[in-house]
Order: sequence, then structure tokens, then C-alpha cells
Amino acid sequence: MADEFLVFDHVTKRFGALTAVDDVSFSIKKGEFFSLLGPSGCGKTTLLRMVGGFERPDSGRIYLDGKDITDAPPNMRRVHTVFQNYALFPTMTIWDNIAFSLRLAKKPKAEIEESVDAILEMIRMSDHAWKYPSQLSGGQKQRVAIARALVDRPQVLLLDEPLAALDLKLRQHMLLELDTIHDQVGITFVYVTHDQGEAMSLSDRIAVMNLGKVEQLDTAAKIYEAPRSSFVAAFIGDTNFLVGEIVSTEGDYCTIKVEGLGAVSAYNDRKLDVGRKVHLSVRPEKIRVTLNPPPPEKGAGINIFTAEVTDVIYQGVYTKYWLKSGGRSMSALKPHSRFLLDQESITWKDRVYLWWHPDDGYMVENFSPMDVSLIQDPPAPKESSTP
Amino acid sequence: MTRSGRWAEWGVSLPSFVWLTVFFVVPTLIVLSIAFHAPSSDGGFASGFTMETWKAVVRTPYKEIVWRTIWISAVTTAVCILLSLPCAYSIARMNTRWRAIVAGLIMLPFWTSFIVRVFAWRTLLNPEGFLQHVLIALGLADASVSLNYNSGAILVVSVYSFLPFAIMPIYTAAEKFDFSLMEAARDLGARSFFAFRKIFLPGVKRGVVSAILMVFIPAIGSYVIPDLVGGRDSELIGNKIYQRTFPDRNLPHASALAAVMGFSVLLPLAWVAWMIKRQDAREAKRLAEATARKLSGGAA
Repeated sequence: MADEFLVFDHVTKRFGALTAVDDVSFSIKKGEFFSLLGPSGCGKTTLLRMVGGFERPDSGRIYLDGKDITDAPPNMRRVHTVFQNYALFPTMTIWDNIAFSLRLAKKPKAEIEESVDAILEMIRMSDHAWKYPSQLSGGQKQRVAIARALVDRPQVLLLDEPLAALDLKLRQHMLLELDTIHDQVGITFVYVTHDQGEAMSLSDRIAVMNLGKVEQLDTAAKIYEAPRSSFVAAFIGDTNFLVGEIVSTEGDYCTIKVEGLGAVSAYNDRKLDVGRKVHLSVRPEKIRVTLNPPPPEKGAGINIFTAEVTDVIYQGVYTKYWLKSGGRSMSALKPHSRFLLDQESITWKDRVYLWWHPDDGYMVENFSPMDVSLIQDPPAPKESSTP
Repeated sequence: MTRSGRWAEWGVSLPSFVWLTVFFVVPTLIVLSIAFHAPSSDGGFASGFTMETWKAVVRTPYKEIVWRTIWISAVTTAVCILLSLPCAYSIARMNTRWRAIVAGLIMLPFWTSFIVRVFAWRTLLNPEGFLQHVLIALGLADASVSLNYNSGAILVVSVYSFLPFAIMPIYTAAEKFDFSLMEAARDLGARSFFAFRKIFLPGVKRGVVSAILMVFIPAIGSYVIPDLVGGRDSELIGNKIYQRTFPDRNLPHASALAAVMGFSVLLPLAWVAWMIKRQDAREAKRLAEATARKLSGGAA
């Protein structure tokens, strides 16, 4: 039961010709911090609004704690939403905003006061209780919106891109705060976002959505390290896709013949047979770039290629290298440190070695050429020699 | 604000200030002052101060007419507001294209002369008219009931005439209203009507206030409607002012009535202004009290 707290059973929602949510089925555990992650228009907000009761699915059912809530109006479900624009009532004080649901439930006055004061304490807003929403900053409004939705302890809290309107530093701070609040209240959180950083740092599990379907539902690490589809690999972080055919298998590993690059060794977790066409995803930060070949003790069994540096993009935390090897472009990330193996700086037009361990590549199950466009293209080659 | 900024502000508002003074305040005062003169036989007024007109006004039994004018105006206003609220709400929820179409339809009657439209109502309400036939056919009335020439007819035609003036300001306020607030209220457990009353209504409060003024003020001074569809027993103060000015040729008496009417418009206006001010003050007071309570609680 606890594992199937909020259940989507073949849920479909269409808006005219557009299928926003396409036959989606999965379940969310009780007390879980669950994220719906995807680009805009992937159906994540529609799914959330169906849980809130603001949209009715065209087919399929939604169950909460064993009860069918598909047709229940918003006020008849113990589910509250934190809206993207906060939607605080402008004509009410912060205190009255938070007390709204308790008053509607006709709770005794003393209990209302106790609950509201306690949650104001929790979000550290007690001093602002008698202000109006227009007198608060973005981050404060955000905290009030969360408190208002949590005060009567709903079964599920829905968060619709709650941090989208905040600036970067505040967003990072609110992420920690959300995490703390979730730990304190122990309520099931369903978090909608297009920001993979937010989803990965908060969630117990993530459902990556694209074109109305759930592409993959897993923990953050699984989604990043073992993306099932090219969409997940390309949408979450950055990657290189290598297309080839399996030419031999040795135990858990196989050798793939990649056009223009040569033989690439990869972990064969699905035990695919020789002759299968595969798509290998290799994330840029897993690829090492050095001027000298890797030391022999590290070199055994790994993939090593020579390449020419076609572009260098300094990004602070690391530098992104665009490399050309055997006519194909690949990207690699390299952090800066004197302590790293390779102390010499690598620049444009250098001949380098790029190498990675077979375990660091992952063969995606479903590949769609469309998803390649999600990855950054290599910059156009420079004509002159100006650095 | 800087000294030059304040002067600039004065400079900008001066023309409209002068306009209002010359064409509104001064004429109003002139009308009021005429009431203190005696009427002259040529339909004007004689020189010299007199209170006779006011004594005559008080002696004449206007009580019933004033009362009728006020209640018909008040009921018209109430009905217009009640009809406008759901109307403005649903227009504001439409998409942009439909909004423009419906707003256009609401303004469409203004392409026809107001008097022609009231005349059309007179025809509709006529004993031989369409409505009477329909009501008789439905068994809701018989031929002896008169739809025309009574207070009911004035009320119906007033609501019809002034409704757009109520819809427009409320719609303008509703258009700026953030409808996600309604969703938030529903989400937190409110039923639709509760959300409408507690969230939407306060949200469009200023629009409702201007709608009340936009309907009540012209309704008080209404003359054409009671003249065309009203009867002998349903005269309003507007009709009386006309009678005193033209058939009776008693300008001072008409001026006195106009002044009475003016005050009956100004009083609710002042009341509305006072209510808004009091509410703001109450909110400020509550804020101050709560802060004080918080401070003393923290010290204890």
C-alpha cells in the first residue's frame, strides 16, 4: 500500500489535437520526494494539475491512498498545490493566508492559532505574520505559499516549478529549505520542474517525461548513469552518442565498431549479441584528455583515441574541449588543478589523447535521432589563427 | 519631491482643474443660487434674495417621489451589480478573441440612440406588445395586467440601459484579476461559490465601487426612462424638474429640486469614500495592534 500511495493508471489527457499526457502509468510511494522532470510541453504540469483536480483525464484513473480521486473536485481532495506564481491572496495578511484551509475546515480557533504560529515558526516568518503578500520578497512569498499548503497536513503536496521565479542563489538556498521541510513534515511531495539540477538534488525518484510519456522512472544516479533512452541521456546533462555495431562480446563487455572512430569497448549489461546496432552514450566528464598517452598501468582494456583539439571553452569549474578524432566530433570536460596528471595546458590545435573506461559508456535502449539536437553542437571551425 | 517637480505637477493638472471649475463647479453653484431667487413671469428668475422657493419645495409633497427615485435607483444598481459580476467573471475567463467579441456585443446597443432604445421597450411592454402576448400565452398574466407605465417598467428599462455601465468597470477589474487565486482557494478546500465571494469579489472591489457609481448616479437623474415608460404614479424627481422648468416656468423651484437631487447623489458618494477610507484605516489599525501584541508577547 505504502509503495502505491499515488497511482496513475493509464492516464491520458488531450487538448484538441495535442496529447499532453499519453497513457501514463506509475505509482508514487508514501512520504517520497518525487520529481516530474522534462522540457516544457512534456505533460508534467498537466499530470500535476490532474492530481490537484484542475484537469480531468480523458481516460485512465488516479488513485490516492487506495481511493479513486479522478473525478473529485479540487476542494474534496487532501492535496494542496504550491503554484509557480505563489497565488497568495493579496487582500489577506500572511497569517490569514496560511489559516485559510484551517478556517474552511472549521477547525477550533485555538487549534488554528497553534498550527499557523507553529508553521510560521518553521519557515522563520513569525515576524511577518501581519504583513500583506505585496510587502514580501520572492523567497518569503515562496515560503508562505509552502506553509499555506502544508498547514493542514495534506496527503500530497504538489509543487509546480516553485523556484522558477527566484534568482540562482535564492534558488539554491530554497532547495536546501525544501529538503529540510520535507524531512520535517514527512508528507509526499510531487515536484514538477524542467531543471535537472533541482530534480537531482532533491528527489528520491525522478520520472523523466517527454512528449506526454514517462521515458524513465528511477533514482537520480540511475537516470544519469544508466539512461534508458537517448532523450534521457541528452536531456539530463551532456553526452556524446557513438553509433555502431557489436562485432564481438567478451563476458560482460563487448566491442563496438564505431564508424570513423574504430573499435570501442563497452559494458554490455543487456547481453546484446554480435551484429546488433547500438547507441553508446559517453558523458563528456568521463572522458580524459591528455597530451601524453595514459600510463600503461591505467591503459589496459580502456578506450584510447588520438584527436585534435578544435575548440576550448573555459567554464570556470572546468573547461570544455571539442575534439576531432577520425572525422567525428566529441566533447570532453576537464577540471583544472595542478595536482591532476596532466599539468601542461591543452589548447586549440593540440594533438591529444582521449580515453575512457568501458564502464563509463552506456548503451541506451531507445534511440531517436531527434534527441541528438538536445546536445550542444560543436562550434563552427575557425578560419583564421586568432586564438 | 523637489520643488520644481511639484510645480510641474501643478502645471499639468491646472487645465483640467480650471475646466472642472469653470464648467462644473461654477454652473452647479449658479443652479443652487437660482433657488434663492423668486421666479419671474418670463420663465427666468427675479433679482433679490428669497427663501420662498425652499419653503414651497418643503411644502410640496415630494417625499413619495424622492423615495421612489431612491429605491428605484438603488434596486436598479443592485440588480445591475448582481448581473454584472458573473457576466464580467465569465468574460474575463474567455480567450482574447471571444473577449473582444463579447465586449463588442455589450457595447453594440450604444450604436442606437438611447431614446430610440427606450421607445423600443415601450413598444415591447405595450398591452398589444410582444411581451404581453407571450405572458398571456404562457398563462402568466391576463389582459388586465399592464406591463407599461409603472415603476416595474422603469426598473426593467433602467437595468437594461445601465447594465453595460456596470459590466465594463467590473470586467476591467476582472481582467487584471489573477485567476490562479481562485484555483488556490479551491485547492485549499473552498467551494466555487465561496472562492467567488471571498477571493474574486474582494479582488474586483474597486471595479464594483465604480460600477455602483456609474449606475446609481445616472439612475437618480433619470428622466427619459420614467417619461417614456413610467406612468402618472411612477414619476421620478427628473420628471418633476422638467415640469417645473418648462410647463410651470418656475426655474428657482426646479433649481432647488436639482440641488436636492445633487445632494442625494453626493451623499452615497461620500458614504462610499468614507467606507473605503475606514476600511483602510481599520486594516492599518489591525496591523499596528498585531505588531504591538507581537512585541509585548516577545517581551513577556
